[in-house]
Amino acid sequence: MQFMLLFSRQGKLRLQKWYVPLSDKERKKISRDLVQTILARKPKMCSFLEWRDLKIVYKRYASLYFCCAVEDQDNELITLEIIHRYVELLDKYFGSVCELDIIFNFEKAYFILDEFLLGGEAQETSKKNVLKAIEQADLLQEVRLLV
Amino acid sequence: MPAVSKGDGMRGLAVFISDIRNCKSKEAEIKRINKELANIRSKFKGDKALDGYSKKKYVCKLLFIFLLGHDIDFGHMEAVNLLSSNKYTEKQIGYLFISVLVNSNSELIRLINNAIKNDLSSRNPTFMCLALHCIANVGSREMAEAFAGEIPRILVAGDTMDSVKQSAALCLLRLYKASPDLVLMGEWTSRVVHLLNDQHMGVVTAAISLITCLSSKNPDEFKTCVSLAVSRLSRIVSSASTDLQDYTYYFVPAPWLSCKLLRLLQCYPPPEDGAVKGRLVECLETILNKAQEPPKSKKVQHSNAKNAILFEAISLIIHYDSEPNLLVRACNQLGQFLQHRETNLRYLALESMCTLASSEFSHEAVKTHIETVINALKTERDVSVRQRAADLLYAMCDRSNAKQIVAEMLSYLETADYSIREEMVLKVAILAEKYAVDYSWYVDTILNLIRIAGDYVSEEVWYRVIQIVINRDDVQGYAAKTVFEALQAPACHENMVKVGGYILGEFGNLIAGDPRSSPLVQFNLLHSKFHLCSVPTRALLLSAYIKFINLFPETKATIQEVLRSDSQIRNSDVELQQRAVEYLKLSSIASTDVLATVLEEMPPFPERESSILAKLKKKKGPGAVSVELEDGKERGELNGGGDRGGDAAIAASNASTPSPSADLLGLRSAAPVSGAAPSAGSLLVDVFSEAGPAASSAGVNDDGFLSALHAPEASDSPLVEGPGDSDSAPPSAASEDPAPPLPESDELLNKFVCKNNGVLFENQLLQIGIKSEYRQNLGRMYLFYGNKTSVQFVSFSTTVSCPGELQSQLNVQTKTVEPLVEGGAQVQQVINIECLTDFIDAPLLNIKFRYGGALQNISLKLPVTINKFFQPTEMAAADFFQRWKQLSQPQQEAQKIFKASHGMDTEVLKAKLLGLGTALLENVDPNPENYVCAGVIQTKAQQVGCLLRLEPNAQAQPGEQMYRLTLRSSKDTVSQRVCDLLAEQF
Repeated sequence: MQFMLLFSRQGKLRLQKWYVPLSDKERKKISRDLVQTILARKPKMCSFLEWRDLKIVYKRYASLYFCCAVEDQDNELITLEIIHRYVELLDKYFGSVCELDIIFNFEKAYFILDEFLLGGEAQETSKKNVLKAIEQADLLQEVRLLV
Repeated sequence: MPAVSKGDGMRGLAVFISDIRNCKSKEAEIKRINKELANIRSKFKGDKALDGYSKKKYVCKLLFIFLLGHDIDFGHMEAVNLLSSNKYTEKQIGYLFISVLVNSNSELIRLINNAIKNDLSSRNPTFMCLALHCIANVGSREMAEAFAGEIPRILVAGDTMDSVKQSAALCLLRLYKASPDLVLMGEWTSRVVHLLNDQHMGVVTAAISLITCLSSKNPDEFKTCVSLAVSRLSRIVSSASTDLQDYTYYFVPAPWLSCKLLRLLQCYPPPEDGAVKGRLVECLETILNKAQEPPKSKKVQHSNAKNAILFEAISLIIHYDSEPNLLVRACNQLGQFLQHRETNLRYLALESMCTLASSEFSHEAVKTHIETVINALKTERDVSVRQRAADLLYAMCDRSNAKQIVAEMLSYLETADYSIREEMVLKVAILAEKYAVDYSWYVDTILNLIRIAGDYVSEEVWYRVIQIVINRDDVQGYAAKTVFEALQAPACHENMVKVGGYILGEFGNLIAGDPRSSPLVQFNLLHSKFHLCSVPTRALLLSAYIKFINLFPETKATIQEVLRSDSQIRNSDVELQQRAVEYLKLSSIASTDVLATVLEEMPPFPERESSILAKLKKKKGPGAVSVELEDGKERGELNGGGDRGGDAAIAASNASTPSPSADLLGLRSAAPVSGAAPSAGSLLVDVFSEAGPAASSAGVNDDGFLSALHAPEASDSPLVEGPGDSDSAPPSAASEDPAPPLPESDELLNKFVCKNNGVLFENQLLQIGIKSEYRQNLGRMYLFYGNKTSVQFVSFSTTVSCPGELQSQLNVQTKTVEPLVEGGAQVQQVINIECLTDFIDAPLLNIKFRYGGALQNISLKLPVTINKFFQPTEMAAADFFQRWKQLSQPQQEAQKIFKASHGMDTEVLKAKLLGLGTALLENVDPNPENYVCAGVIQTKAQQVGCLLRLEPNAQAQPGEQMYRLTLRSSKDTVSQRVCDLLAEQF
């Protein structure tokens, strides 16, 4: 996977994760382009589209669009389920997640994503294991550790 | 406020976010942000040391501001400070900030790397993971330099925790992708493969991504992964849906891992071991069977996960392309999806079927779905799905269904989305030509194409229809009639005017018998469009008019009047003015005979393999460009040789080349060969240059590139024996025989495979420089013989011979050289070469002369190799792979794996591949490390399309670097020869 974007129906980016080196300018341009393209699509359209030399896989959950860019040989359907699993993880962690949770706790959304995907590849697909890692970290938060 | 406040809420941050959300306008938001930035800046600069919590909070605010899209230029140091905090959350926020806002300040990087190093060696798995995540997120070269050695150790160490292993594997993958040269293979590699056997599914899931990437780059080193992957896959596929506990996703066991395993197997050919292969085929069958079972859940996640595996399995089946049974089953399965209610599945089925269509085993099966696909093209509401349907129609087209498919595509074109029209036009044009049985159908199709989507019809397309009409006399009358009718339309596209002007100018006479299309009617029709057209079209029309004067003397007066009018003869456009003036003059002074000769019907264009070329005509001239570049480079080398070769070479290149793109009327001053880009004003010429110079040499017979030179010589002495024969009797017969080629002559030959100019040979007496150029199947070589001594060479003679079979494969002609070469002087010899059919051996060059009484007798191989006759062809990835698949018979492929003899510098590799004569195709190979090229070898007898793939393992240690070179072409001898030649170049 080359990158993942979360944005609202109003086109506001809520989370962006880049797995390939790109300049700030390119990132902004890509996000703008894609947000526009995807928001212009109608609900019943297919979840995949060709974009430049990449495949875009996206899905809308309530007010949020989740959008991944994968390479030509990557599997679209399994990417769709990567999105779904991430949504499930957020949902489980926040308890029926909504856009506001992701806005106010954006750092958590990033941490959860890092436990699930690393370098653009699935690191751990078991929901239990990912959440265990996050909760362990939460437990650690006030414990002083000697480094 | 947030609905949940998990973790330690940072109240200040939440307030700030709320404030931003409450801003009514962009300006208000910017104002609020600037206020906050000023506040944070003063806090960071303040004297009072900030506690960890505040630092974390401010860093987090900065991060939030950055993610909103604003620039942040401070706070990095505070974030780095957080890394060494002993509070986990502070550390975590520090890492997050660093990952998102990478900074290239070297002092900072040193500090960051130090903090990471500490965490990696902390033996605290949570900290280690944080550090690894940071490396993976940043993935910079500096990080690779610092950690590429350490991470493999962590990955394979026996005591590493599973979660750390997972992070380490993917972290390493990221570093490998970014800086493959820094990740050195080693003892750890074999242990990585065995992670496929790991008990922990999460570890396998993470590790397999790394293994797949490494395998695709170094397949041999990771070969053992195939059987491991097959057995892992087989265990998953046969497991019950509950066996894998949390790794089962909506009743599908380990879908991610299954897909990745199937993906890994696509890096390899089918397993050779019968047992492994049997097991794999069984897995694939099971997957296909499961697709037929009733779903275990109605949830879309269930069917997506299940079908993800199915599609990946089908990809593998297509990749193997060797199991007819599985291919047909896959095709049937996809056929079911074509009518599925899920748009996603229809899209994927269309896409996947496209590749199935190019397999000989499943082509027929795919064709049975034609009606469904046509229906999809007509009724799908989503343009991306329609695009897939159009692609599939194109892929499944063959002679049996071409008319239907072309008709459907044409009618779709009327309403097609603008974004895909140009591509559709090309596709229709290619199919119409490729499968045309009767050419009137072809002409109709192309004219329809221009009518429906004229703006999207590129020059290649209308050039092509003209070439075909010119070449096929059975269709000329029909074409003239049809185009005449098409021009009747009140608003017709300029491209139609171009085609009309050209065709009526050539073949208007064929319909002139009908009073409705009498010469004058034709002329008036064309001329009625004149004023609406652009300059290039007008130029073309003027040429059509002069042709009319020849075809129909009765139009002469009318046309002369037009030419004489101020708007022509004083036209501000110099090309139009020149044409008007010269045509007018020509028509008034030339006799009928001269006119008839000058304006004779166009000679046929050489027949060519159009399926690739028509599409790839877009390409003009990397070939030409590279020749020029090489000129510049090699000139230095010749000069460096310490003689006057350089000047001679320049002179030769300036003086030598008569224009290959002979203008219709010879109006243009001779253009240099390398001036491939035609000027806008000379459209008629463009048609020629599009067809390549061979058109003019084959067609306009006496004006050709070769014939011009050797025609006068040919009668004299076609193969120059040199004056030696007539001069004096040889002292001994034995010494007069050409010497056997020098032992190093093969090596010398290899030096010239990828370049055309340079020093071929040098000893103490003699230096031989070469400069050569090739067009189509013709070549011309200049040899410069330099006398390095101060004493003259006498009885200097050279012979070029084609030993054995080569005689019937190459036609080589030379001009005589002077028998006397003064000391320090240089003589030049021109050799003309025509490639009749593909060949392996090289012509022999024998040089004999006397130096101080001693006979010198040297034989060399002349560096004429088959690749010199390459014409580069550009193509898109899809075409490349389709073509690649079509050339999948074992004898069509030649492959070599060999050690690199030089470094793997990208630019050098590219230059060599371009020098080979092929087009270097960017963004075609999924692996950016690899190179793929395409070209067509032009011989008189045939054209041989040739595809090439070069896979370096650049990251291996020097001395271990290898290449795999694969050639595919329609002719086995060509694949083998090009492969042999090229393998010596790296």
